[in-house]
This record gives sequence, structure tokens and C-alpha cells, in this order.
Amino acid sequence: MREEINVETDVAVNNVKISAKDVQVFYGDNHAIKDVTVEIEDKTVTAFIGPSGCGKSTFLRCINRMNDTIDVCRVVGDIRIDGENIYDPKIDPVQLRAKVGMVFQKPNPFPKSIYDNVAYGPRIHGLARNKAELDEIVERSLRSGAIWDEVKDRLHAPGTGLSGGQQQRLCIARAIATEPNVLLMDEPCSALDPIATAQVEELIDELRRSYSVVIVTHSMQQAARVSQKTAFFHLGSLVEYGETSAIFTNPIDPRTESYITGRIG
Amino acid sequence: MPNDTKILNGASHRSLLSKQDAHTQKRNSAEKRFRIYGMVALSIGVLFLIFLFASILRSGLPAFTQTVVNVEFVVSQEEFNKAESKMLKTKAYQDIFVAALNAELEKRNVEIAYDKKTIERIVGKPGGTIRSYFTEDPSRVGRLAAFELTASSRVDGYFNGRVTRESLVDSRFLKAVDLDLVDALHASGIIRQAFNWNFITGTDSGVDNPGGAGLGASVIGSFFMMLVVLFLSLPIGVAASIYLEEFAPKNRWTDFIEVNISNLAAVPSIVFGILGLAVFIQFAGLPQSAPLVGGLVLTLMTLPTIIISTRASLAAVPPSIRDAALGVGASKMQSVFHHVLPLAMPGILTGTIIGLAQALGETAPLLLIGMVGFVAREYPDGFMSGFTDANSAMPAQIYTWASRADPGFYEKAWGGIIILLLFLITMNAIAIILRRRFERRW
Repeated sequence: MREEINVETDVAVNNVKISAKDVQVFYGDNHAIKDVTVEIEDKTVTAFIGPSGCGKSTFLRCINRMNDTIDVCRVVGDIRIDGENIYDPKIDPVQLRAKVGMVFQKPNPFPKSIYDNVAYGPRIHGLARNKAELDEIVERSLRSGAIWDEVKDRLHAPGTGLSGGQQQRLCIARAIATEPNVLLMDEPCSALDPIATAQVEELIDELRRSYSVVIVTHSMQQAARVSQKTAFFHLGSLVEYGETSAIFTNPIDPRTESYITGRIG
Repeated sequence: MPNDTKILNGASHRSLLSKQDAHTQKRNSAEKRFRIYGMVALSIGVLFLIFLFASILRSGLPAFTQTVVNVEFVVSQEEFNKAESKMLKTKAYQDIFVAALNAELEKRNVEIAYDKKTIERIVGKPGGTIRSYFTEDPSRVGRLAAFELTASSRVDGYFNGRVTRESLVDSRFLKAVDLDLVDALHASGIIRQAFNWNFITGTDSGVDNPGGAGLGASVIGSFFMMLVVLFLSLPIGVAASIYLEEFAPKNRWTDFIEVNISNLAAVPSIVFGILGLAVFIQFAGLPQSAPLVGGLVLTLMTLPTIIISTRASLAAVPPSIRDAALGVGASKMQSVFHHVLPLAMPGILTGTIIGLAQALGETAPLLLIGMVGFVAREYPDGFMSGFTDANSAMPAQIYTWASRADPGFYEKAWGGIIILLLFLITMNAIAIILRRRFERRW
């Protein structure tokens, strides 16, 4: 099955990982996302910016169907990852979420040990056949999360005992452990101090080599620092999408310009 | 002064900080008054509590002691044969006993006039007890036998201060003059106070024998009821709460169910009792007065408590934990059972134990399913019959005792309440310990 899809991907779409077409999201009667069409590239950091309540987080949560957990939320349209429509009734959201990892705004490690935090995903998905393999996955993930050196001596200490920045990197390591293709980050640095933010940003840049990273951020400086592509959302619509450098230096839409220069938002 | 007032009113914020203005003074005194109200309310509560415990202990502690008559004597082979050959065998032993008591008094140089009837009024007729002691094991004949016989409840009451010479004027159970002998026996150490183990381990006695009444059988009855309650209400309650809190869609139906669970928690327990009588006994044909039925009724009563506390502790688990689990690809059920439930466990356990404690002390439903109104004289013979044999339960037994005429039962009822409270305090302590334990894990 997977082989087939890969073939299709290579032929049909050129380096596009996620392609959304005419996506609408409704919260009850509230039309939260209007006609969003966007193609997100593989091995790229894509930043979603925009004022509060513009729908950027909502759209992000559509990509791994986290919105399913909200009863009143309804998604219309087409979102494809590697050519597969993720809103197809045949798609199991649980399997999808293993492929599309997510890091949340507030660091939310499980109240378990550091080791168990990272090992949980591989365990429930059966990625390791034995303890040695699991150990290896945990170490690899913690290394990718740039936190291995800080925690290697206390893997069995509680994850909740780490500092905020370490917790967030632990959450990133946990998301990586299930070997996803896409990593979604919902304002991952908003609860961190500048030093921890710098560490996480550096990590995001590393992650770009292996994953398609989508990051929602309130900080335009952060978007400029970490992303290659930027999408600007306003009032539920995707206003402008393009190269980060182009968006920040030479925005086409006047609304984008107003936001970047600080006149709206 | 008028000048001063003007400053305070007009420019209070400009006045000296070390000098309080009228408004601040008013606010401070209101605060102080409120604190005093609170302390008064608290002290009233504490006073009531002290009064309650003092009166429970004062009235209930005598139930744990028992006046006993200690006599030692030897029954020779001839005496044994002679007594066994008589028509009225127990009377013969009674005579042996009286003779032995006489001998004891003589040995101690106590001179007092009394007759056989006096002794009967003090210790009843222990002839049967003495006879069965020897007939059970004939090798005991010819050897020194020590008897500890329970004195009648009036003698017990005399030592507890419940019975006085004045109150015995018209009594046919014990005469005021009999107390001379009691005093003499007490002074010589033949009558003394002993700890009443029978009250804790024994079964209920007839209405005329408060001294022999024990709570043991009803403790066992309560134990089997609590087993039923625990093994039914915990899984049903937790499963219902998990479904309602985590899986059920939020619509008019689940709202309706939610409201009704809260309503059920407020339904008077006697309603559950009559429901149990109608459904479990009359319709399903389960045995009357059985701990099984009591447990089923109390399960119905405890379920809403457990569901409400379980839902509250599930709702208290931060949603970020659920997001985290779903985010790494856990299914809804995995996220609940691996992450949410363990975090909610302390709250669930506490709620369950509080619910059980509530059920343990519940009386009204037990009245209706027939756990009172008979004398629970027997322990169940085995584990299974513990559920189905007619038995009493602690609160029902206390109720039965309190409604009996003999004042000796009054202190038994208080004593029963002490034991019941000990069980409740233990359960609450376990709840606290469990909660601390689970919370300290991280």
C-alpha cells in the first residue's frame, strides 16, 4: 500500500507534502476557516502567522484531525498528505496522528518518566520489538530533540520535573519518536523564555532536514528566523502565502503589510 | 476636629499613611468582625463535636465492660455421678455452684446472710453452663475448674451507675438488699469488671439478656454488604463516569442523564429501601434480610455518589494530557486508560471510600428489607452463605438494640455506635492515605 502511494507521490506531486484545497471549518454556526487552499512543501519550515483568532491554529489542527475531538467542529474540503485525503472515511485518525506529530503551545509531558514519555508512542504503535530497540528509539529521539545530553543520566526521573524549555524539547522528542513525516507546532515557544526559545528554534532548523515542519507563531521575528515559507491568515482566510523573505520584505496584500508593520493584530 | 474630618473626607489619599482614614478604619473593622464571626462559628462546631464524642464515649464505654463472677471449685467423680443421676440435673449443678460460692466467702471470712434466690438474681442460673463444661469433656471432673460467669444486667448497671438502691425498690429482677451481697462479693474480689470480648465477637442475644449481646455477627453482615457494594458500584460507577465524561456526545440525552444522576444522589435512602423490597425480594425472589439484598440496595444508593466524584476527578485532569496522548497517535481509549484514569485515580478512590462509608452507616433501607425485627443469633456457616443467610448489619443492629426495653441494651447501642464510628474513621483514614500515596508518585 505504502509503496504505491510513494510512487504516486513522486509522479503526481512535486515535493508537496500537504495540499489543502477549499478547506472550510465551522464551529457550530461560526465559519472559522474560509476557503483555505495551500500547498506545504516537504523538508521545509512553514510558518503560519496572523492576529489572534485568525484561524491559524484551527487550520493546523485540521492537518492531524485534532479538531475531531471537538464535538461542534466540522471540516469541509480536501486535505491531502502524500496524495491521500485525510478526511476520507477510510482513514483512521489515530494512524494519521502517528504520521503527523504535534507539539502544543504549553509543554505537556505525561506525568511519567522521561524515558516513558518518549517510549509511549513507539510502544502503542509497536515500533520496537524488544527493549534494546526501544532504548535505541528513545535515545535517537532525545538526540533529535537536542535534549539527550541534559537528561541521559536521569531518564527515569519524572518528565514534569524538567524546566519549561527542556519539557518542550522533550515533547518534541516524544513527537519525533513515532517517526512522523510531518511535525505540527502550535506556538511551541510562547511559554518559554528567550534562551529556551533560541534552543527550540535551533532545533526546528535541524528538524527541517527530515520533516515537513509547520509552525504557528505569534512572533513575526520567529517566523522570519525559522521558516522558509510563510502563510498569513486574517479573519479565517489565507491572505498571502509565499517565501518568507518575500512576505516580510515585499508583501503583496495590503493587509499583510499592515500586520507586519504592526498596524493590525 | 472639624478641620481633621475635612482632610480625611476630601483628600484621603493625600493623608498620612500612618494615620488611617475613616474609610480604611471602617473596612478594617468589618474585616475584623467577619473574622470573629468565623471563629465563633468554628468554636460552636468544635464544641458540638466535643460534646458529641464525650456523650458517645460516656454512654458507650460501659458496653465494653462486663461484670463477672469468678469462682473456682472441684467437682469430684461422686458429685458428678450423683448430679447426672438426678432428674433436675442443672439444678444439682446450681447447688454445687452455690456451695462453692459459700466456700469462697467462708475462705475470705465474709459473713453475710443471703439465700439461693439472691444468687440466682445476681448471676442467673449457671447450672447448665457448668454441666455442659463437665459433660463435654468428662476428664475435667476431679480437676480444679475456674468459671467466669457473667452477672445479670442489673448488677452490671449497678457498677455502671445506671442502677441504684433507690431504683431497685419495686424491681423483681434484683432487690436492693441483694446489693449487700454484691458489694461483699466485689470487696472480696469474686465479682469484678472484665473486658467484654463477647460484645465484639458475639452475636445478638434475646430481648431479656442484654449482657450476652454482641455486635460480631452484624459486623460480618456489614462486611458482606460492603463486598457487594464495592464489587458492583466501583466498576459500574467508574465505567459509567468514563463513558459520560470522555466518550458520550454532549446532547440533550446525556444532559438529561446527568441531571438525573445528581437527582438520584439526593433521593432519600428509604426510597431505595422500598425499591429494593419490591424489586429484589418480592419480584426477583431473593432471600429476605440477606446481606446480598442489602448490598444491592446500598449499591443503588452509592452509585450516584461514586459517579459524581469520579466524573469530577476525570474532569479535573488537564485537557493538555489528553491532547498529548492523542497527538502521539493514541486512541481515545488508550488516552483514557493510560493517562487520564491513572491521574484521576486518587479522586476516584477517595470518592468510592466515602461512598462506602456512607453506605456502611445507612440504616433506613435496611429496615425495609427486613434486617431488623429478628434476633441475629448465628454467624454464617461459610463464605457464600454469608451473602444469603439472614443477618443483621451494624446500623440495623444498633437500631434494634435502641428499640428494646431493657436499659442494658441502651448502652449496647451506644457501644455499637463507637464500633461503627471506629470503622468509619478507619475507612476515611484509608481514603486519605491512598490519596496521599497516589499523589506523591510524581
